[in-house]
Amino acid sequence: MGLEGRGNSDYKHGFYTDIETESFPRGLNENIVGLISEKKHEPEWLRSFRLKAFAHWKKLKEPTWAKITYPKIDFDSLYYYAAPKTGKKKIESLEELDPELLATFERLGIPLAEQKRISGVAVDAVFDSVSVATTYKEDLEKVGVIFCSMGEAVEKHPEIVRTYLGSVVPYSDNFYSALNSAVFSDGSFAYIPRGVTCPLDLSTYFRINAKETGQFERTLVVAEEGSFVNYLEGCTAPQRDENQLHAAVVELVAQEKATIRYATVQNWYAGDRQGQGGIYNFVTKRGHCRGAFSSISWTQVEAGAAITWKYPSCHLIGDHSSGKFYSVALTANKMQADTGTKMLHVGKNTKSTIISKGISSEESQNSYRGMVKMMPGAQGAKNYSQCDSMLIGDQCSASTFPVIDVSNPTGVVEHEASTGRVSEEQLFYLQSRGLDMEKCISLIVGGFCQDVFKELPLEFSVEAVKLLEMKLENSIG
Amino acid sequence: MIDIKNLHVAAGEKEILRGVNLRVAPGEIHALMGPNGSGKSTLAKTVAGHPSFKVTAGVISYVYDNKEIDLLSLEAHERALRGIFLGAQHPVEIPGITNLSFLQESFNQICRFQGVGEMDEESFKKLLAPHLKTLGMGEDFLLRSVNEGFSGGEKKKNEILQMCALRPRLAFLDEIDSGLDMVALKVVARTVKGLATKHNGIVLVTHYRPILDLIKPRAVHILTEGRIVASGDHTLVASLEQKNFWPEGGSGGP
Repeated sequence: MGLEGRGNSDYKHGFYTDIETESFPRGLNENIVGLISEKKHEPEWLRSFRLKAFAHWKKLKEPTWAKITYPKIDFDSLYYYAAPKTGKKKIESLEELDPELLATFERLGIPLAEQKRISGVAVDAVFDSVSVATTYKEDLEKVGVIFCSMGEAVEKHPEIVRTYLGSVVPYSDNFYSALNSAVFSDGSFAYIPRGVTCPLDLSTYFRINAKETGQFERTLVVAEEGSFVNYLEGCTAPQRDENQLHAAVVELVAQEKATIRYATVQNWYAGDRQGQGGIYNFVTKRGHCRGAFSSISWTQVEAGAAITWKYPSCHLIGDHSSGKFYSVALTANKMQADTGTKMLHVGKNTKSTIISKGISSEESQNSYRGMVKMMPGAQGAKNYSQCDSMLIGDQCSASTFPVIDVSNPTGVVEHEASTGRVSEEQLFYLQSRGLDMEKCISLIVGGFCQDVFKELPLEFSVEAVKLLEMKLENSIG
Repeated sequence: MIDIKNLHVAAGEKEILRGVNLRVAPGEIHALMGPNGSGKSTLAKTVAGHPSFKVTAGVISYVYDNKEIDLLSLEAHERALRGIFLGAQHPVEIPGITNLSFLQESFNQICRFQGVGEMDEESFKKLLAPHLKTLGMGEDFLLRSVNEGFSGGEKKKNEILQMCALRPRLAFLDEIDSGLDMVALKVVARTVKGLATKHNGIVLVTHYRPILDLIKPRAVHILTEGRIVASGDHTLVASLEQKNFWPEGGSGGP
């Protein structure tokens, strides 16, 4: 046992925890889907949801429209369930948790033990296929906020889960949402009751540890009328030569006058400088602004993963609802990112804002893909989009694929785009003021991302800046 | 303080400086004049450590902390930490970073290196306030992105503001007078003069006479085709004008 450090690392989260794991046999078939459901003692409706999703998935083909290239994934060679062995059926308190797990999360900067917890943030820690601990649960319960693992939610609040699960992202939505719906093992669930401003920020930390295992988790956040919640999400994985698959689904529901702010700092292992290894990050995230004057914002800092395929979107159904997408996507080495958003305007006077900042360095490839669609009934809808790309070096590439589809004559769409290179003159100017090369790059990049970083909660924004600095350390010769 | 000997510098294949000798002692203000393309800016940028210019021969020695050091062995930022300053001819825009945070970062880096106490935002703002006033710049300058959307004159003033804050030991000011109207020119000249002490050196790179009339440098050097061809006191400019020295006819005024 022990946390095994791996030398030669630009990726400080690349360690592996040697822990006894229980996993299902490799491969994907009805039997495995059934086993997952059984393992989790799920009700029949959920089992049938999974099986329908699986039957649908078998009919689908992997999407090929994104600007990414990778060898064909052999879905039958993966493990679909891996969890730290607990010995007994259920963990009642942190004391019963394997100390290695506590140590792992502590090393990742997410202490779970009561006396060390991060103040002001409740954390759900997901390790491989299961949620291992959720902090501050009792404090949240006092105001009626439910925050727990998806597994626990299915058990204790089946009526809410059943109402909303798959209602924003149906299993039939796409290849990866169908796969996730069939085999999802855990994830986080948050329910903010009517009129409640969640007293703590809620956070999920995803950790992939086991080898050749895919992580398929689902997050569901429901904000009832007039409620407010800040949700934060972080992710890391060990450094390995093989690629690993992460296919998550996140669903958000905002009722009348509710606000959900969802922020992600994604730092999955991205592979080495030659492009060996790294996580394939195929994620479906969508929010429904169902009620009038509701609001959802997605803020993402995508700095890891070998491949990122991710388009956090908003369906603006309620009148006067608003959706926002603030994104920084950084690619280095041989990373590939195809990310962006979709804003679907259904209700009247709905508003959407898209600020996307792509930074590519070395031999990486970074694409923004976005769609703004205004339906015939979306009277007075407005969109503002700004997509900027920054290139560092001359081996990388940046692309933007914006689609605008307006079916209501009163719709207003503004789109601005720019591509720039970090110039030698900018670097020299800063250097001639006493700043070393790394500091110069981080200032320039930080400035470029300012419009997005200011949307992040303070601690996250500090972390994001540090993360970008670290990622770019080697990209400047 | 700085002693440049037989400096040869090339940009790509092209040799631009062909044996420049220049010595500036503490407390001295020098001016460097010459036609376009004569190598004035190249000299200033080479001293500051611009990576595009390659020194093919010659030495630059610089006295820092009572020790003579080989300036060419240092990278640009290492030179800046030791008190070298370049007032840029074309200050670069850096979106998203406020003037204040950039300048404070620079100030604190230099303080840290030189073993002087760093400053927090409040005290640093206090340090800047009188300089802003002298230069006729509002506080809003500090909150705008570095040089972004600045007029030519504002950019030049911003360079001088940086010089005021960083107090360099040796400053090369590259065409700090171009793009300034007469009022601004007087303000800048007065400020630069006010920054001269018996400990630091200043080299003004310019095309034009007015700033020299205002600052009255100790020495004026004429650079032509990569070499200093004449040196004298500030009256040299007037006498060269009479001889119709400037082929492009430029020394009249900005």
